[in-house]
Amino acid sequence: MIDTKSEAQTTVEGLYRELERRIIASPPGICPVDLALVFLRMCHAQTCGKCVPCRIGLGQLGTLLEQVLDGEGKMEDLTLIEKTARTIMDTADCAIGYTAAEMVIKGLEGFRDDYEEHIRHGKCLASLKQPVPCVALCPAKVDIPGYIALVAEQRYQDAVRLIRKDNPFPTACAFVCEHPCEARCRRNMVDTSVNIRGLKLAAVDNAGKVPAPACAPSTGKRIAIIGGGPSGLSAAYYLQLMGHQTTVYEMHRHLGGMLFYGIPSYRLPRKRLAEDIDVILSTGVEVKLDTPVGDKEGQVSMNTLRENYDAVYISIGAHIDKKVGLEGEDAKGVISAVEMLGTLADGGKMDFTGKKVAVIGGGNVAMDVTRSAIRLGAQTVTVVYRRRQADMTALAEEVQSAVAEGAQILELHAPVRIQTNEQNQVTALVAQPKLIGLIGKDGRPKPSRSKREEVCLPCDVVIVAVGQGIETNYFEEEGIKIKHGVIAAENWSAVEDAKGVFAGGDCVTGPATVIRAIAAGKVAAANIDSYLGYNHVISTDVSIPAPRVKDYFPCGRINVRERDAAERKKDFEQVECSLTWEEIHQESGRCLRCDHFGFGVLKGGRETKW
Amino acid sequence: MVNITINGKPMQAEEGTTILSAASAAKMPVPSLCYLKDINEIGACRVCVVEIKGVSRLVTACNNVVQEGMEILTNSPRVREARRTNVELILSQHNSSCTSCVRGGNCSLQRIANDLGIYASEYKKDIPKRQWPIEFPLIRDASRCIKCMRCVQICDKVQDLHIWDIVKTGSRATVGVTHNLQITQSDCAICGQCLTHCPTGALRERDDTLQLLSMQGAFADPDKVTIVQVAPAVRSAWAEELGLDREEATPGRLVAALKALGFDYVFDTDFGADLTIMEEGSEFLERMRHREDYTFPMFTSCCPGWVRFLKSQYPEMIGQLSTAKSPHQMQGAVTKTYLAEKFGLDPDQVYNVSVMPCIAKKKEAEIPNINDSGHGRDVDLVLTTREIARMIRADHLDVKHLSEEEFDDPFGVSSGAGVIFGATGGVMEAALRSCYYLVTGKNAYPDAFYMVRGEEGIKEANIDINGITVRAAVVSGLGNARKLMERLKNKEVEYDFVEVMACPGGCVGGGGQPIHDGAEMAKERGENLYFLDRKNKLRFSHENPKIKQIYEEYLGEPLSERSHHLLHTDHFGWKMPKEESR
Repeated sequence: MIDTKSEAQTTVEGLYRELERRIIASPPGICPVDLALVFLRMCHAQTCGKCVPCRIGLGQLGTLLEQVLDGEGKMEDLTLIEKTARTIMDTADCAIGYTAAEMVIKGLEGFRDDYEEHIRHGKCLASLKQPVPCVALCPAKVDIPGYIALVAEQRYQDAVRLIRKDNPFPTACAFVCEHPCEARCRRNMVDTSVNIRGLKLAAVDNAGKVPAPACAPSTGKRIAIIGGGPSGLSAAYYLQLMGHQTTVYEMHRHLGGMLFYGIPSYRLPRKRLAEDIDVILSTGVEVKLDTPVGDKEGQVSMNTLRENYDAVYISIGAHIDKKVGLEGEDAKGVISAVEMLGTLADGGKMDFTGKKVAVIGGGNVAMDVTRSAIRLGAQTVTVVYRRRQADMTALAEEVQSAVAEGAQILELHAPVRIQTNEQNQVTALVAQPKLIGLIGKDGRPKPSRSKREEVCLPCDVVIVAVGQGIETNYFEEEGIKIKHGVIAAENWSAVEDAKGVFAGGDCVTGPATVIRAIAAGKVAAANIDSYLGYNHVISTDVSIPAPRVKDYFPCGRINVRERDAAERKKDFEQVECSLTWEEIHQESGRCLRCDHFGFGVLKGGRETKW
Repeated sequence: MVNITINGKPMQAEEGTTILSAASAAKMPVPSLCYLKDINEIGACRVCVVEIKGVSRLVTACNNVVQEGMEILTNSPRVREARRTNVELILSQHNSSCTSCVRGGNCSLQRIANDLGIYASEYKKDIPKRQWPIEFPLIRDASRCIKCMRCVQICDKVQDLHIWDIVKTGSRATVGVTHNLQITQSDCAICGQCLTHCPTGALRERDDTLQLLSMQGAFADPDKVTIVQVAPAVRSAWAEELGLDREEATPGRLVAALKALGFDYVFDTDFGADLTIMEEGSEFLERMRHREDYTFPMFTSCCPGWVRFLKSQYPEMIGQLSTAKSPHQMQGAVTKTYLAEKFGLDPDQVYNVSVMPCIAKKKEAEIPNINDSGHGRDVDLVLTTREIARMIRADHLDVKHLSEEEFDDPFGVSSGAGVIFGATGGVMEAALRSCYYLVTGKNAYPDAFYMVRGEEGIKEANIDINGITVRAAVVSGLGNARKLMERLKNKEVEYDFVEVMACPGGCVGGGGQPIHDGAEMAKERGENLYFLDRKNKLRFSHENPKIKQIYEEYLGEPLSERSHHLLHTDHFGWKMPKEESR
């Protein structure tokens, strides 16, 4: 007889799903020892009870951890915990036992300091510094519940003003931010995270023109900014507001950095990017376009800048393309993503009509070139990726959109060489099938060589999107320290051993996200201000509405709609559609207002100035 | 205005009003515990929950605002059950031995539990352990802490010193000293504002009454001459918990009570305050005369909370503190020298007790280099207003019916200038009254310097004395002090003379004063001191005949060598915890 699920079993399975969501929404700053204990207890509940190490050992481990947490542990207990866990790892019969013990061992290594602090001082190193999860995870610390509350009241202009206190690119971020804020949204405990980026889009779509606030009285200080991307322009904006005079040196013909040159216009329409840049420039930023830094003619040297300015901020981004190192990579028809997107951004014409395109890479840039190639008329576009589609670093929604537009994903295939004809023209990309393999320390499985035979993918164009590097040579010659291919700056953005020189953004972190670059610009502005002997404060007078008393019933998340794939793939016009009021109203109402409910309210819910 | 109903009764409330205020205004108040208006509106205790029609969960009244059409139930069965359950949960982690708690009878948790009729609970008790250096004047009893977070908020928002924080997370989250420090290693100013805003007995002063009362105490030693002095602010509050109204609680009745407790002499720290004015005022004029030798402004030094704050937060400005000791320390020093000699007492048998509105004074009296009489500690014991009230209660003194008595001579004679030391602006005003005289040779109208009075946290005044403008500022509350110090550091302001009191409103609002949960008493008490000033025949420190006498007979003149030795101190002579590591 086959059993049907009992009600208890169904309920428990529902609870498992809730627990999964709850773990996703776990706030940052929780005591790791406390968590280790509760995880251990859950593992213990999963024990069938057959074997000694799992049945008894996990319980004893729990008791020992509890003693540590209660301040009753001794340093010797750590040895006992370790010995016990190791024995369980070695002798438990099944994974229920040995993986549970392994979690304890990992914790002993990973957060031993926390264990020791509990034992030595009866205290905990963990603390909830920024109690609002979305704000905690936003590199620029944008007041997210604040602007969602404003959007909910249709105070879109105030929402934009509030965002600009911490981020002068509200529009660009509304389109392309990777929204780390959504990762631990407490709404996950109810259903799923709030569409924060979508609500930011609602704000900028409806706000109209919002002028920048007034600048502080002039200080007479001058700051040179090398690179007019998100980091450089953010620094320029805040430094102008503080009363300093900035000059941005940009090597390209347009400002915007990777927002202009790296992100296709269908994702971020140029005129929408210009909305942000215009407001930034309205604060009085001086701009020198087509002016690279260097010693050649038409360039400006580091020395000149350091002599003529009170401080220099290097924010050159990561604009050189990395090579895969394949045979045939120099063939005609092989282009890099940076080159392709840059050419398109500068208005250059490309036509892939009837061509077969292969894309190497699995990040967001790979998706950008894929979708651009489709728009340029390519007959087929195939993304060749050595791991699985699920392992791609590109945002899942980007991959989905590309597939919807007709991209094919050839997963688990590593490119090995590019075949050419006599004219050195690409004819095919040869790829080696891979087997997904062991999971590395970064949590991603490594591809290993499959015994299957190489496959040949006939194509006319190969686009290489395997990451970008930083042009460091000139700076190194000028005595700016370079470490591991990036500019060596302290975490407060000052460059080591170079007084008055600061650096931030991709050129310090390596290629990262726009919001991290913006945050770096903000940090640099504050530290340059303080280096120059000031203590200017950036704030806003926008008042945040009190939350309404209401129920928060589980409710589906509203995603930003895109134009129909069959239509949008024909042009470079904006893909995403504005949210309607009914969508805005429902989605903004899903925000749980962690600034008011929970720990947020204790610390005032927000930082009103920096 | 929005239309709401409370328990079915329709009414209007202003937009933005909390449910708690609206219910209060409607005479259907909602009980609260952690709530402290404007300071702690965090909805932590969940006692003030109410039911709102159409909203499935209960809502805290303290930090949610009324909305149009809201139907509020403050005492529905669900509300009653939830409120009671939450209080029971709080009690499950609370050491409810109220009979031996300093706040027994004056505890918000006790009141709420009693109001709700909680006489038994099914929850198992799980009381946190106490761990605290009990020699410190401020004591935290973890077993009585309900984690309302008021202490954290007061220290953050009012005092801006951030001594308290939430430590640990999860079920073990509790209040502790920031950065996991021991309190003794922290920058704590010991102002005691956390303590006077604690709803329970989790924060209290170190009780030192047994130093007097026990069989080993001073009262039991027949050779000891016990001398008590009473700070200005004490007289404004001492009888608040003894059932006397303001008119009955006269200084004369306080003297009678102290005599009845067994003190041999009862003196008035107002005398010490007058002495302080002579020294500090002269010091200020001296600094003004030799401007180039000093950095300005000069800061008052009579508030030990402020001195601790300055030493830990702005050590570079320690030299700007007046070297004058605080009034009770001056008086302690001359009691064991001048007075002992005059009365023919053995100074080693003199036991000086100060009754202070302050717990930082307990620590001040322990500073090693503050003692200059050469006979042990100049002040042997500091008791707070609360401790002396408890001693009166312990002896069951019927103070209401005691006949008023005068303070003893000679340190019982004092001016109105001395009594206003207890209110913010008082030291400045008293100093200005005498400085004016010292410069011009004639008295100003006694109330001429009224502009430094009042409740504002930061007050400024420019006072003209014979063509010289004294730029004065008066600050109370350490948060305001920090604001002023930052403005000074950024050169946004310049002053010659700055009075700072650590507690909002000055000593009348001190950390050693009687506690009334939810009520700030500084204003009312301060008014009492200004009343005493007005009705005093002496309004100027320099006109106090006993002050003249001590200078004639013993000290010579202000800033004389003997004055320097006994009445001034070296603020560099001791260190705050972090100063030592600097």
